[in-house]
Amino acid sequence: MNLPGQIFVMDQQVVCPGDLLAEGDFEIPWSPYIYKESNRYYASVVGVVDVKNGTFTVIPLKGSKYWPRVGDTVLGMVEEIELYGWTVDIRAPYPAYLPASSLLNRPITAGEDLRRYLDVGDYIVAKVEVFDRTTNPILAVRGSDTGKVTDGTVVSISPSKASRLIGRNRSLLNTLVSMTGCHLMVYPNGMIHMRCPSSAQEEAIKGAISLIEIEQESRISDLTEKVRRFIASKLGETNASSSAEA
Amino acid sequence: MLAAQQRPRLIDERGLRTDGRRPDELRPIRIELGVLKNADGSAIFEMGNTKVIAAVYGPKEMHPRHMALPDRTVLRVRYHMTPFSTDERKNPAPSRREIELSKVIREALESAILTELFPRATIDVFMEVLQADAGTRLVSLMAASMALADAGIPMRDLIAGVAVGKADGVLVLDLNEAEDMWGEADMPIAMMPSLNKVVLFQLNGTMTPEELRQALELAKKGIAEIYQLEKKAIKEKFVEVS
Amino acid sequence: MSVTSDRLQTIVSNVKKASILKALERGVRLDNRKPDEYRPLSITLGYAKKADGSALVKLGDTMVLAGTKLEMDEPFPDTPNQGNLMVNVELLPLAYETFEPGPPDENAIELARVVDRSLRDSKAVDLSKLVIIPGKKVWSLWVDVYVLDFAGNVMDASTIAAVAAIYNTKLPKVEVNGEEVKVLTERTDVTPLAYPVVTLTAAKVGNFVVIDPNLEEESIADAKLSISYTPDMRIVGIQKSLGGAMKLEEIPQIEEVTRKAANRLFSELKNTFGIA
Repeated sequence: MNLPGQIFVMDQQVVCPGDLLAEGDFEIPWSPYIYKESNRYYASVVGVVDVKNGTFTVIPLKGSKYWPRVGDTVLGMVEEIELYGWTVDIRAPYPAYLPASSLLNRPITAGEDLRRYLDVGDYIVAKVEVFDRTTNPILAVRGSDTGKVTDGTVVSISPSKASRLIGRNRSLLNTLVSMTGCHLMVYPNGMIHMRCPSSAQEEAIKGAISLIEIEQESRISDLTEKVRRFIASKLGETNASSSAEA
Repeated sequence: MLAAQQRPRLIDERGLRTDGRRPDELRPIRIELGVLKNADGSAIFEMGNTKVIAAVYGPKEMHPRHMALPDRTVLRVRYHMTPFSTDERKNPAPSRREIELSKVIREALESAILTELFPRATIDVFMEVLQADAGTRLVSLMAASMALADAGIPMRDLIAGVAVGKADGVLVLDLNEAEDMWGEADMPIAMMPSLNKVVLFQLNGTMTPEELRQALELAKKGIAEIYQLEKKAIKEKFVEVS
Repeated sequence: MSVTSDRLQTIVSNVKKASILKALERGVRLDNRKPDEYRPLSITLGYAKKADGSALVKLGDTMVLAGTKLEMDEPFPDTPNQGNLMVNVELLPLAYETFEPGPPDENAIELARVVDRSLRDSKAVDLSKLVIIPGKKVWSLWVDVYVLDFAGNVMDASTIAAVAAIYNTKLPKVEVNGEEVKVLTERTDVTPLAYPVVTLTAAKVGNFVVIDPNLEEESIADAKLSISYTPDMRIVGIQKSLGGAMKLEEIPQIEEVTRKAANRLFSELKNTFGIA
């Protein structure tokens, strides 16, 4: 078999900036967490390497900023009301902009009071439609999974933790949902929207999320175990239904 | 010269230095990451009695907008010494030395941070020397490097550096205060070790060209040691079950 | 706080940059110099008549004027048998289109401190010669370096200007009566300069190293390495600048080139300008 090169790291290995990952010519999607110099690939952040099928990616373990990706659905908070739209904090290095015409599905007349639809401090779920080197991210409200958040509770974790929660190993996310019965939406920019049947479950899941945030476990399975024990201690084993396996 | 009377002997008859170290020995190093809540990344770096805290904010949008660069991040870097960090109180107003070192440290960070990833943004790096016992610019630079890693800001490599000096004619690694004050040369050098690239390099004092080459070799060894300690400090927080 | 600025980055077009690199592949620079050649040098001693010593230096288009002033002072308590040396560098607004008036910025401060270290660490300025009454009265030697035309490598030009100005300085005759010192109008023929010192700056442009970069070369350089020498080829200062990196092995290679250029510069200072 003709390999594109040599990979020097193992799956789930913790890497630091400057660690040599591979040498050769791999077809991997561009990522800010890997950089290439001549034919060598290096990690650029502290993270965990995912090695499978002869390719590799780095998932960051640290960092509180979200790197906007076109196509992502994110949850942000409205910061400012502009003439024809809103400035939204999506926890990226740049503020995002949501055109009012996108939310309302019609052009805006001058002088309209946009606060009726979305005010400073409101939460909005939207898609990242445009983002490149020349412009701040532009959002779009399109589809039933987007729009103003009107109920439930919103908490935040670091985007790096969020991407691990919704990464290929869903055991942790499934544990949270199945053990508490809460409806949970985790967004790649680290925002979490939850709707829980009662306040006891909400407290339990909030505590579990705090635990996930501060714990430094690099293996999802160990973290999942810790979270399982935590929720069980909070709610008793009675509320835990059959938990889905990874 | 009156100064000669106060000058201590820097290398004793056993070849040991004023603090008992061999010429090629580093001072004890302590590294702690994530020490501040508000900063996006932070670290405390200690080398012997030199202790520096560094904090990083960003990347974030740059204000005022006209100072932003269209194709990369603007770094705002401040090296500063607390008034109680030295034997005699240091005036808190920025000195010419602090201004030069802020520039030298910023230039070192420019080569490491992937600044082209965040155009029109800024990253703030603040370093405060809490205890000064020689090597403050290098310890500050390393503290900043650790803080940047803590903040998850993409970089080419961690930065490791050390000061090589000449004490009583002997090349010594990781100068202490006495050697810095009374020695014949002080050569701070910092690198991105994985890429074998030098990001900070200065010399004050005198050296022959031959001594310079030997000093660079000695520095390379010291830097390799420090680099391993830096990686260990970062990785050991993530419990790995083998 | 030190802030990234692209003060110089914008002036060289990509086309120009490509032609600079292409020429270097053939071993020449756009101004027809070889990589290890410095630009034509001219030094006019005594240019500023009211200074105690002065020199107008032109290195290519870069122009620097340095002047010295001697003031009678008390010595610092920990160096009672030494005079004082203070070096200041100003990048004047008239030297470059985007320079603004104001106190010295980090670039001017870095220049001043590197020139100061070269003079001080090398002992090229003999501070013991500046003593009038040991422990009580000494000369303070103020060296002010004013950059008039910023056209690349002001570092090396500033060092030459400072050295030439100090060489041009003759200590005044003094009459000492116990604790009283009377400064006469005549001068001795004693200069505070024991021997000259030079700084040679090398710039890394792509994979090439050039000595004494002009403004365009400096604008596209990844890194600069400035190395100071005494006539007996001791290295008395090194300063790496700009935000790029250089490989560790490149440093001894660069040092060989700067040392050879330093030798040539010392010869020129001695034979053409009498500075030795």
